[in-house]
Amino acid sequence: MKENYNVNQEGFYGEYGGAFVPEMLYPNVEELQKSYLGIIQSADFQEELNQLLQDYVGRPTPLYFAKRLSEHYGAKIYLKREDLCHTGAHKINNALGQILLAKRLNKTRIIAETGAGQHGVATATACALMGIECCIFMGAKDIERQAPNVARMKMLGAEIVPVHSGSKTLKDATNEAIRDWINNPVDTHYIIGSVVGPHPYPDMVARFQAIISKEIKKQIDGNPTHIIACIGGGSNAIGAFYHYLEEQNVQLIGVEAAGLGIETGQTAATLALGTQGIIHACMTTLLQTIDGQIIEPYSISAGLDYPGVGPQHAHLHKTKRVHYASVTDKEAIKAAHFLSRTEGIIPALESSHALAYLDKMEIKSTDKIVINLSGRGDKDLETLIKTLP
Amino acid sequence: MLIDLFKNRTTPLLNIYFTAGFPQLDSMPKVLKTLEEAGVDMVEIGMPYSDPLSDGPTIQKSSEIAIRNGITTDLIFEQLSESSSKIPKVMMGYFNAVYQYGVEKFCKNCQKNNIEGVILPDLPIPVYLEKYKVIFEQYGITPIFLITPETSEERIRYIDDCSSTFIYAVSSSSTTGKGTGIKSAEAYLERLQAMQLKNPILVGFNISTKEDFDFATQYAAGGIIGSAFIKSINETQDLEKDIQLFIQSIRPKI
Repeated sequence: MKENYNVNQEGFYGEYGGAFVPEMLYPNVEELQKSYLGIIQSADFQEELNQLLQDYVGRPTPLYFAKRLSEHYGAKIYLKREDLCHTGAHKINNALGQILLAKRLNKTRIIAETGAGQHGVATATACALMGIECCIFMGAKDIERQAPNVARMKMLGAEIVPVHSGSKTLKDATNEAIRDWINNPVDTHYIIGSVVGPHPYPDMVARFQAIISKEIKKQIDGNPTHIIACIGGGSNAIGAFYHYLEEQNVQLIGVEAAGLGIETGQTAATLALGTQGIIHACMTTLLQTIDGQIIEPYSISAGLDYPGVGPQHAHLHKTKRVHYASVTDKEAIKAAHFLSRTEGIIPALESSHALAYLDKMEIKSTDKIVINLSGRGDKDLETLIKTLP
Repeated sequence: MLIDLFKNRTTPLLNIYFTAGFPQLDSMPKVLKTLEEAGVDMVEIGMPYSDPLSDGPTIQKSSEIAIRNGITTDLIFEQLSESSSKIPKVMMGYFNAVYQYGVEKFCKNCQKNNIEGVILPDLPIPVYLEKYKVIFEQYGITPIFLITPETSEERIRYIDDCSSTFIYAVSSSSTTGKGTGIKSAEAYLERLQAMQLKNPILVGFNISTKEDFDFATQYAAGGIIGSAFIKSINETQDLEKDIQLFIQSIRPKI
């Protein structure tokens, strides 16, 4: 039987997904479930979004043949340059899609969570562009380690709410955003930044990010042998994999953050170590105790420092369609320096995890490898500069 | 039994929520006994969760402390089995904890410890009906569902049909302990009362004083107090005394 990799009518990917929301969120989530496909598939929506993606974001982003990197590894290596998007990461693809949706649902206030700050900046940008009030929830620890993005959000006029609960990172920022939505159910739309949360978010965000693989298909001659992307919640990875899911001869590789190492307990490698359960209103794989308490993750990369993973990834892992691996902080930092000096591109710490996987795979000279360079590294300079070789 | 409690009541029912394992790991038996002696009609035992999405700061904090104290689902049942209190009890928690524990094992232990109902706000009704109703019924556990001011009339009727002991009417679209004021729920509570539902209603959220309780229970079978009760024992030096004082403030002894 042919596997179905996409969401079914009830909002599930196999046994993963669904909408495990309290009744207080039911009307909001139901409204989205009923309306999202109709709205985003309508001609006027598509026209408005495509125009913005072209003129405002700068799409299509290049598929860059990285000559020196290719020489080093002895294969053809391409970088999908999402770091060249306006605001510096793929997150803007989704933020613009969702803000156009929010407008059509007559919402007057936007909330969002952010880890590395890339989704926060993208959302603040979209809100500034549309003249809509914007409130960003960010863990206190992340506010500290991603200062440049905090400043950018402030420049864009967003209100930033520091979150002091739990591990003070992405998970807790997401909790607070959901609580805010419970308290403001009528006028507010919650722009989730990854392929996580209750149905229809994982599918909706995947559809907005699918533009990445749609462009790769047009830009590359024939099929790549591998596509590699980093995974926290997993939105850039789903975007890069989406149009290749049915093409079994393309190896898809998702790279999680191992932190200090998956054996150390200081890690965010959810699919390597997690078990099935519910986080942020969806059934997926997560890091938890046997009692079902969520374990606080660790990664040097704020964007990957998340104890869950999108339900579609949990399904792609279970069905073995995608191979999931992990790399440590150290390996990611090394890859960031290497790309900077080999290609003149400073990658985000998140994307550096995907790059670092090149050192872990067996590469043949006939390989054609696409790496999704999901974001640029300006925001991480303070961390990276301390690790100059 | 809950059903008799609702049938035989002559005054509004007072339901107190408290977090298991709080303020001390082994507080529960004492809390149950003191609440029972103070004349509380029923209790809602909160199973602490690391990421309680529907809860405001007060219950988040009590949950965090309880988890740090070392509370587990097994320990909650163990403490219940050692408690002599006969007060009617329901359990409230997030579905992930029950899912990890095993739904059947959970229901079995509820039955063994005279827990008659379970409130799992993030367990969707269709999932309950499809996967877990059979198990709940096998052990005589009833699910208790929530409605809010934003719940449509059609959905309220549907939830009424799926319920069999009482419906938990959240008085405002908010997280717990927000304190938006019970009076702003007047129109909603009147509307609910006029719907003549099959199941009795307990009103929760925004009830922290006698005045709030008296107001809410004009329209319903009773009221639930959570965050305000937790606050009253947050810094307690004398748990029994503080519990008695709080309950007396809601329901003065005649």
